[in-house]
Amino acid sequence: MTIKDLQKALRQNIRDYGMYIALIIIMAIFTFLTKGIFISSRNIANLLNQTGYIAVLAVGMTLVIIIRHIDLSVGFLSGFLGAIAAVMLVNWHMSVWVTLPAVLVLGILAGLLTALPVAKLGIPSFVASLAGWLIYRGALLMVTSSTGTIVIPDKVFTAIGNGYIPDFMPADSPFLPGLHKLTLLLGLFAIIWFIISEINARKSKQAYNFEVPPSDMFVLKLIFMTIILGLITWVLAGYNGLSWTVVIMLVVVLVFDYIAKQTVVGRHIYAVGGNPEAAELSGISVKKVTFMVFGAMGFLTALSGILFASRLQSATPTGGTLFELDCIAAAYIGGVSAAGGVGKITGSLIGALVYMSLMNGMNLLGTDISLQYVIRGAVLAVAVIFDVTTRKVRR
Amino acid sequence: MNTPILEMKNITKDFPGVKALSDVSFEVRSGEIHCLVGENGAGKSTLMKVLSGVYPYGDYSGDILFEGKTQKFKSIADSERAGIAIIYQELALVPELSVYENILLGHEIKRGPSVNWNETIKKANEMLKKVRLDINPASKVKDLGVGRQQLVEIAKALSKDVKLLILDEPTAALNEDDCDNLLDLLRHLRDEGVTSVLISHKLKEVIRIADTVTVLRDGKTICTLDAKRGEVSEQILIKHMVGREINNIYPERKGRKSDEVVLDVRDWNAYDPKLGRVVLKDVTFNLKKGEIVGFAGLMGSGRTELAKSIFGNPDGYEIRGELRIKDQVVHLRSPKDAIDAGIAYATEDRKGNGLILIQDVKQNITLANLHQISRRGVVDVNAEVKTATEYKEALNIKTPSVEQQVVNLSGGNQQKVSVAKWLFVDPDVLILDEPTRGIDVGAKFEIYTIMNRLVEQGMSIIMISSELSEVLGMSDRIYIVSSGRITGELPTVEATQEKIMQLATS
Ligand SMILES: Nc1ncnc2c1ncn2[C@@H]1O[C@H](COP(=O)(O)OP(=O)(O)OP(=O)(O)O)[C@@H](O)[C@H]1O
Ligand SMILES: [Mg+2]
Repeated sequence: MTIKDLQKALRQNIRDYGMYIALIIIMAIFTFLTKGIFISSRNIANLLNQTGYIAVLAVGMTLVIIIRHIDLSVGFLSGFLGAIAAVMLVNWHMSVWVTLPAVLVLGILAGLLTALPVAKLGIPSFVASLAGWLIYRGALLMVTSSTGTIVIPDKVFTAIGNGYIPDFMPADSPFLPGLHKLTLLLGLFAIIWFIISEINARKSKQAYNFEVPPSDMFVLKLIFMTIILGLITWVLAGYNGLSWTVVIMLVVVLVFDYIAKQTVVGRHIYAVGGNPEAAELSGISVKKVTFMVFGAMGFLTALSGILFASRLQSATPTGGTLFELDCIAAAYIGGVSAAGGVGKITGSLIGALVYMSLMNGMNLLGTDISLQYVIRGAVLAVAVIFDVTTRKVRR
Repeated sequence: MNTPILEMKNITKDFPGVKALSDVSFEVRSGEIHCLVGENGAGKSTLMKVLSGVYPYGDYSGDILFEGKTQKFKSIADSERAGIAIIYQELALVPELSVYENILLGHEIKRGPSVNWNETIKKANEMLKKVRLDINPASKVKDLGVGRQQLVEIAKALSKDVKLLILDEPTAALNEDDCDNLLDLLRHLRDEGVTSVLISHKLKEVIRIADTVTVLRDGKTICTLDAKRGEVSEQILIKHMVGREINNIYPERKGRKSDEVVLDVRDWNAYDPKLGRVVLKDVTFNLKKGEIVGFAGLMGSGRTELAKSIFGNPDGYEIRGELRIKDQVVHLRSPKDAIDAGIAYATEDRKGNGLILIQDVKQNITLANLHQISRRGVVDVNAEVKTATEYKEALNIKTPSVEQQVVNLSGGNQQKVSVAKWLFVDPDVLILDEPTRGIDVGAKFEIYTIMNRLVEQGMSIIMISSELSEVLGMSDRIYIVSSGRITGELPTVEATQEKIMQLATS
C-alpha cells in the first residue's frame, strides 16, 4: 500500500471521517490554548458528563430529522420530566426504582402525543412541536411554581449524573496505582470485541466472495482504532473511571446505531425519510414509523431530563432551556440532512462531542459568553457547509 | 441545410466506476431533426448534459463547437444564452404555478423592479400559439395532462429564442395522439428554422420523423445514418443499438393458462375526497392464474387509480365494491395488506413514488420484502447484496455495483430496479404500470421474457400500458378503460389497434 492509496481512501471517506478529524482538531486546539488542562482526565470526564444529556437528545433528533420532521418540544419536555421525577421522589416519597421507569414511560407517551397530529392529520411537526414547546414550558413552571427549585437528595438518583462505576480493587492498590481498574478492563474488552467483530464481518464478506479492503489497510484500521480506544480508556481510568452518564450514553448510541443500521425497523426509517410515498407503496406504514420515531424521541427526552436533573441534583424552573436547539445543532454537525433519509447515529454522538467541546473549552478559557455563541454558530455553519459540499463531490 | 450547427468532438466523460462516454463524436446539421438512440445507459442523456453545461467545461474532455465557435459552457445559463434549450427526461415545471408563470420562469419580463404581468401573459400566449396549444394560460400546470405539460415545456424553451432544441425522451409518457401532435410540432418548428435533437426509445417514431439518426452504444458512437438515403429501418436500428438482431420483439409464451380466477373485482367504485370527484365507476373484471391481462386506455383514463385502489388504496379513496382473491372477499386497508395478500404494484412514476433515489440499488430492490433477508428483525446485509446481485444479472441492470445510488443510474436502468423490487416480493398478482416506459428494445425484450417466465410459473400479471402494440403483443385478454369505466373487454386474437382506440375514446 502506498501513500497514494491512503490518500484516495481518505478522500473517498472524507465525509465519514471529517467529523472525527474536526473533533480531534478542536480538542488539540483547546489542549494547546489551555496548556493541557483540556485533555486532563478530570476535564475529559467532566466534558463527557456534560455531553450526556445533549448526546442522548441528539440521537433521537437525528432519527426525527431523518424522517423529515423536527421536534422543538424536547427541551422543555426534558426539563418538565426532570421536574416530575423530582416531585415523585421528594414530594411523593416514591422509590427511585418506580420513578425512573414511570418518567421514561411518560416520555414515550409525550412523544406519541406529539406524533399524533403529525401522523394522523399531516400537521407540520414544526407547528405541533412548537405547541408542545409552549405547553411543556408552562407545565414546568407550574410544577416548580410553589417550591421553586426542587432539591433532590436521593443518592441513587444523583449518582446517575455524578457517580462512577465501582471498582473491584481500591484505587491506591499497588497494582497500577491511581487508575480505575474496571474501566481498564472494560476498555480492553471493548478493543477485543471490536477486533473480533471486524474480523468476523470481513470473513463473512469473503465467504460471499465480496470485495474487501486490502489486508494491510484492514490491519491499519484495526491498529488505529485500538490506539484511539486505548487512549480514551487510559484517560478515563486516570480520573474516577467510567461515569454512569457515559455508560448510559454509550449504551444508547450503540443500541440506536444497531437499530438504525442493522434492523428492518431502521431500514424502514431511512426509507420513509428518503421517499415517503415510495415507502408507503412498498408496504411500510409511514404513520407507524412516525409514531415509533417520535416515541423513541420521547423516551430519550425523558432520559435526558433524568440525566440533567440528576447532574444538578435538583429540578429548576428553567431546566431544559434551549436543549432542543443544542441537540438540533449537534445532529446537523453530525451530518444529518434536512432533505431526509440521510444521517448516522454515531454522527450525532460526534456532533454532540464537537458542540460540547467548544462550550467546555471556551469556558476553561474564560471566553465571554457572547463570543461563545458567535463561535458556536460559526462552527455549526461551517459543519453544514462542509457536509453539503462533500456530499456533492461524491455524486 | 448542410452546415453543421453543432459539432461535439471526442467527448469523454467518466463517473466513478463508469465510463459514460468515451471519445464520442456527434454532429448536427442546421435545420434538421436529429434522433439519438441507444440502449439504456448508452450515454445519451449524459451527452446532452455535457452539451447543455450541466456537466461544466472541464468536467469532461473533448470539444464542443456551436455555430462554428468553440464553446466552454460552465452552466445551463451559458448554453441557454448561446441558444441551446434542453427538455429533460423528467419534466421541470412547477406544478403549483400557472402556465404563463412557468413559461417565463427564470427570465421574467420586468418593468422596473417588478414583473410586468401583462407583457408576460402576452408573450406566453404567443408561445402557446407557436406550440399550438389552446389553453387558458392562467390555469395551473398540475391541472394539465402530461401531453400538454410537455408542450408547455417546449413553449418555455421557445421563449428563450432557441436555435437548438433538445428533447430527452419527450414522448415516453405520452399517448399516441399526444405523440403525433408533438412530432407534428417538431416538423413545424423545423420549417421555422429550429433544429432539434430528439432522444427516444420508440423506434417507430424515430423512423417517422428523423432526418438523421445517431446510434450510441456503451458510451461510443456506433454510426450516423441518413434517413433520406434510406439508411434507417427498425431492424437496422435495433442491430446497431443492441449489437445483435432481435427478430421477434414479443417473445413466444409456452404453457396454457388455467381457469382458476385469482383476482375478482366486482362493481368497484371509487371516489376521491381530496379532488372531490369520482375516479372509478362500476368496474368489474377478473384475472386468471397464469394470465397476462392488458389494460389499455388513454392517459388519465383511471387505470393507475384502479391499480392503486386495489393495492391497499394508499390515496384514501372512498371505495364501494367487492374484491376477491382466490374466492375470498378481502378488505385491503394499506399497501402492506395488499402485499401480504399476494398483490404487488410497480408504479408508473419511478422517481416520484417508486424508488428511493438517494439509496442504493440493493436497498431499493429489497425494500418491499426485507423480512426475506432478515432474521429476528435484523437485516443480513450479505444476503442482501447477494440477492440484489442476482437480480442485477437476471435483468441486466447496468451499474458498476449494487451499492451504486439509484439516482446515478440511467432512466431505463432505474425502471429495471423498480421491476426487480417487485419480482423479489414474488407475488401471486403483479400489477405493472407502464413497465417499459423509457426502456430500450433489448431491455424490453428482457422484461417481456421475464413476464412470460413468471406467468408460466403460475403468476398472474396485470399490465397497464399506453403502448398499444405492447398491449397487443403481450396480453391474453385486454380491458379498455375510459373515464374511470371499463368500456370493453377483448380477447387479444380479436383485438386491433382501431377497435381499442374506439373503445378508449368512447
Ligand atoms: N451522476 C452519475 N454518477 C455515476 N454514474 C452515472 C451518473 N450519471 C449517469 N451515470 C452512468 O452513465 C451511464 C450513461 O447514463 P445515461 O443517463 O447517459 O444513459 P441514457 O443513454 O440516457 O440511458 P436511458 O435510455 O436509460 O435514459 C450509465 O451507465 C449511468 O449509470
Ligand atoms: Mg436518458
